[in-house]
Amino acid sequence: MQNLSRRQALTVGAGLVTISVIGWSGQAFAAAKEAADEITKFTGGKAPDKGKITIELPEIAENGNTVPLSVSVDAPMTADNYVSDIMVIADGNPRPEVATFHFTPMSGKAEAATRIRLATTQNIIVVAKTSGGQLFTDQKLVKVTIGGCGG
Amino acid sequence: MLNRRDVLQIGAATAALLGSSPFTRALAQQRLTQAELLKFEAVGTVTLLHVADIHGQLVPIYFREPSINLGVGEARGQPPHLTGTDFLKRFGIPEKSADAYALTFEEFEALAKSYGKIGGLDRAATVAKTVRAERGDDKVLLLDGGDTWQGSLGANASRGQDMADCMKWLKPDAMTGHWEFTLGQARVTELIDSLDFPFLALNIRDTEWNEPAFDAYKMFEKGGIKIAVLGQAFPYTPVANPRWMMPKWSFGIREDDARAQVEKVRKAGAQLVVLLSHNGFDVDRKLASRVGGIDVILTSHTHDALPEVVKVGKTLLVASGSHGKFISRLDLDVRGGEVRDFRYKLIPLLADAIAADPEMAAAIAKARAPYATQLSRVVGQTDSLLYRRGNFSGTFDDLICAALLKERDAEIALSPGFRWGTSVLPGQAITIEDIHNATAITYPQVYRIAMSGERLKDVLEDVADNLFNPDPYYQQGGDMVRCGGLGYSIDINKPIGSRIAAMTHLKTGAPIDPKKEYVVAGWASVNEGTEGPPVWELVERYIAREKTVHVQPNSAVKISGL
Repeated sequence: MQNLSRRQALTVGAGLVTISVIGWSGQAFAAAKEAADEITKFTGGKAPDKGKITIELPEIAENGNTVPLSVSVDAPMTADNYVSDIMVIADGNPRPEVATFHFTPMSGKAEAATRIRLATTQNIIVVAKTSGGQLFTDQKLVKVTIGGCGG
Repeated sequence: MLNRRDVLQIGAATAALLGSSPFTRALAQQRLTQAELLKFEAVGTVTLLHVADIHGQLVPIYFREPSINLGVGEARGQPPHLTGTDFLKRFGIPEKSADAYALTFEEFEALAKSYGKIGGLDRAATVAKTVRAERGDDKVLLLDGGDTWQGSLGANASRGQDMADCMKWLKPDAMTGHWEFTLGQARVTELIDSLDFPFLALNIRDTEWNEPAFDAYKMFEKGGIKIAVLGQAFPYTPVANPRWMMPKWSFGIREDDARAQVEKVRKAGAQLVVLLSHNGFDVDRKLASRVGGIDVILTSHTHDALPEVVKVGKTLLVASGSHGKFISRLDLDVRGGEVRDFRYKLIPLLADAIAADPEMAAAIAKARAPYATQLSRVVGQTDSLLYRRGNFSGTFDDLICAALLKERDAEIALSPGFRWGTSVLPGQAITIEDIHNATAITYPQVYRIAMSGERLKDVLEDVADNLFNPDPYYQQGGDMVRCGGLGYSIDINKPIGSRIAAMTHLKTGAPIDPKKEYVVAGWASVNEGTEGPPVWELVERYIAREKTVHVQPNSAVKISGL
């Protein structure tokens, strides 16, 4: 995993064309179906391949309100073949779509970092799309605890 | 490998005593010698000495090992998840031997009377000096796995100073930590800056820029080879302990960072890579199976003491126990960047047999002097053994819960499943030192709040998953939260949300009503601004009033899925 330094993080930020980060509505929790629907919308119904994606997330969140996430895709970033979009889904949040990062070949790397809010223990699903229409996915379980009795 | 034989050697020293029980302490002392406990046929050119989880204990103590220490998933039934007779059989340790006393709960009370107290930094110093003299300073590394600066009245009152002052006589080459951080970010930084050895933690970053906050490793030259020691602090410190005390640091297992650091030190020429870890044994076992290139993991946090090394692939896992009971010695023959041979011994620091090192003894006396009157003050007596370790309950925690219920007029008491805390034998006086050995933390306030039955179940489920999640990376270590006035059943193999059932309000015998509010008293809340008296005051008041405490074995937790 990349050890994102401050400079790298800023570079990543600058490389992005647009980021849309969506908060939650605080309404009823989305069913896993809603997460699946979002993914289908993104993939156009095509099944993504597992792999190519590195997700950096804690196994147990220190603070569910601000969980550091970084994600990268091991793929070329050339003019005719590049990672164009990375979507992040939290399948237990009231609104499962967390963010979609958009890239161009000028981005240099398909890599992004942000902080996300997690309502409860859930899977963070990442789906990446290339300009050539390839799809990749991976996911990681993040536990959000209420306790504090370890030691 | 002769580690089994070494264990048997200790066994042989006491085997002759087995005829009658209990045998006398005088006889045990006569038969057990320092020379025998330290006897070791050196191997190779490098010796690692390891201590961990001393928890503020400067002087010899009693410490009963757990009778219940369950493993789940792949760890089920594997060391260190063996107790009592199963443990003795697995490692070929004779019953009633010194090792049986040090490593298991079997016949603890009788053996404690025969073998006496165990531990003390002055005993550890004697062993360290002896090994360094035998091997030469240029072949020995002494590494401290952390949880050193917390766990006693002195460590709490001096904010870790007494431990730091005494530990320096042990001359550690590096340390890492966990409870150290509960001294608060400013204080722990101040103490770390005063050390003449590095505090290593590859898995801590600053929260602002996500950059490394500590040195990840240090390179040493010992025994003619380059050794890299990498540090791994307890990954869930801001989850299991108050995050507000270390707001600028973020932890985590950070397996990828560990992998990157191992690659880095290998490239830099390290022929031996040692991970000084506070992950906990099961987390380290998984890490060893996924991160290549680590020769030795010196484990800690889960307080396991194992008389043999556990091998995972090519990685050797060492577990050196807690509370200063042991110091472990691992000799390594490293050639061509690979461990060719090793020999290991977990040395029990039986205080009657091992001499106190005078320099360290003087440092300890000086460190304890300001608190001497307090420490020795007798509060009451106990008729029954007081101990803490065990996955679900311990008599010391039952005592604490009884005190919380009574002194805060609560229906239900919750006491954290800490694994530190010393034991008191039946018939002994309970001193202020004993009470603080079980309660000395920097966030001791006893809260009193109303909690719904549903919320109580959520808490139990949450803590149970910290202990019994089949994936060790999702475990935090520690034991189950202790309950006063509340019974329940637990199936450890179920997923979170369905392990806990049959919750009962013990006073009335009625089932816990999810909708009803109960008055709950507890301590060690991780929330900032928690108000209430310090737990040790309530426990002291309770014991003083009771005069003599009797704690029956806890039968309110029914366990299944074993």
